[in-house]
Amino acid sequence: MYEGVVQNLIDELGLLPGVGPKSAQRIAFHLLSADPADVKRLAHVLLEVKERVRFCRVCGNVAAEEECRICRDTRRDPHVICVVEESKDVVAIEKTREFRGRYHVLGGAISPIEGVGPDDLRIRELMARLADGQVTELILATDPNLEGEATATYLARLVKPMGLKVTRLASGLPVGGDLEYADEVTLGRAFEGRRLLDV
Amino acid sequence: MNLYRDEGIVLRTQKLGEADRIVTVLTKRIGKVRGVAKGVRRTKSRWGARLEPFTHVDLQLHTGRSLDVITQAETLRPYGEALVTDYPRYTAGIAMLETADRLTMGEKEPALRQFLLLVGGLRTLVEGDHEARLVLDAYFLRSLAVAGYAPALESCARCSTPAIRAFAIQAGGVVCAACRPPGAAVPAAETIGLMIALTRGDWASADASEARHRTECSGLVAAYLQWHLEHGIRSLRHVERL
Ligand SMILES: [Zn+2]
Ligand SMILES: [Zn+2]
Repeated sequence: MYEGVVQNLIDELGLLPGVGPKSAQRIAFHLLSADPADVKRLAHVLLEVKERVRFCRVCGNVAAEEECRICRDTRRDPHVICVVEESKDVVAIEKTREFRGRYHVLGGAISPIEGVGPDDLRIRELMARLADGQVTELILATDPNLEGEATATYLARLVKPMGLKVTRLASGLPVGGDLEYADEVTLGRAFEGRRLLDV
Repeated sequence: MNLYRDEGIVLRTQKLGEADRIVTVLTKRIGKVRGVAKGVRRTKSRWGARLEPFTHVDLQLHTGRSLDVITQAETLRPYGEALVTDYPRYTAGIAMLETADRLTMGEKEPALRQFLLLVGGLRTLVEGDHEARLVLDAYFLRSLAVAGYAPALESCARCSTPAIRAFAIQAGGVVCAACRPPGAAVPAAETIGLMIALTRGDWASADASEARHRTECSGLVAAYLQWHLEHGIRSLRHVERL
């Protein structure tokens, strides 16, 4: 244990995902010995990101304005929506340049054991987007692990009465893995060879 | 015990650091173990679905200072693959995994009967011959019994008279008119009959039961389970009934 403010810093850093107590301590001491200007810049960005960045009111992606860059882009195909768990998955798919439609960010996957059910995700918003019949294909690009698959199963069943084409990324993606770790080539290929989901 | 090996069912996984996971497994001989699976979330991971919940795996672990490390895993039965394509069965299966985790308190305390019950429950769920919620309720009743919390179903939990009248969770099951505490539920006789059938594995009777008795049975079993487990079963709220 360190004195007051140093320990507070270590405690706060330790709350970040992927940061254990040892890493928290290492980062804290790095900051203590860093140039004050560098630390000020970091603090400023942290505050700025919380103040300025919000979530797109249409798709739930991180956005600098009411709507994200992709939703505002009129060249994007409005007939196809790709459903992902997190904003970082949008970034991963954009890198492949395979997809020209729109996105819908759920904000996670259904995880009953963590107490996360369908109502805790942006599923109602997705249904609202599908209501006008403009969308003809829904690509379910949730993570290729158990929770991602279960979420895809739930969504496929939910939208079934709407009669649109529902597809899932093809195999080749790491089963049990995170979508964000898939390389561009693999992810691009998975997009191209997406398969029809029938529930 | 530096390196050890056992078969088990993966109960849950938690993200650890950048690409690792902590995997909780209920094993056949050793009991519940927690091990780190390194690199499991990366594209080129060699683990694949072997360390996903529901998988019946043959594992090798290395004893570590704080957490053990999984060094080998081979799939024996991939129950998750079948369950994940059927949402009601999937949610029932998740509730089983959570219950197995909660009813086996300590790590590395042998829990062979809980392990066998879980394997049997998952197999029955995957086979799909019975309604998912019935399979789940049967699993709840039997795993509670193994844990020492079997509800009295055939005679009064307090005085043992066979003339039963109500179901009182705090009394430990069915009670007679004289022993009945205020506020105890008065379920249909068929509902108690269904609970007995599920406990005994009498599927012919259970499958023939009416929907209203199944619903009442699920409600009583859930309330009884939640009363015996301090924080309740979180996933139960999300179990669907078709
Ligand atoms: Zn958007
Ligand atoms: Zn009595």
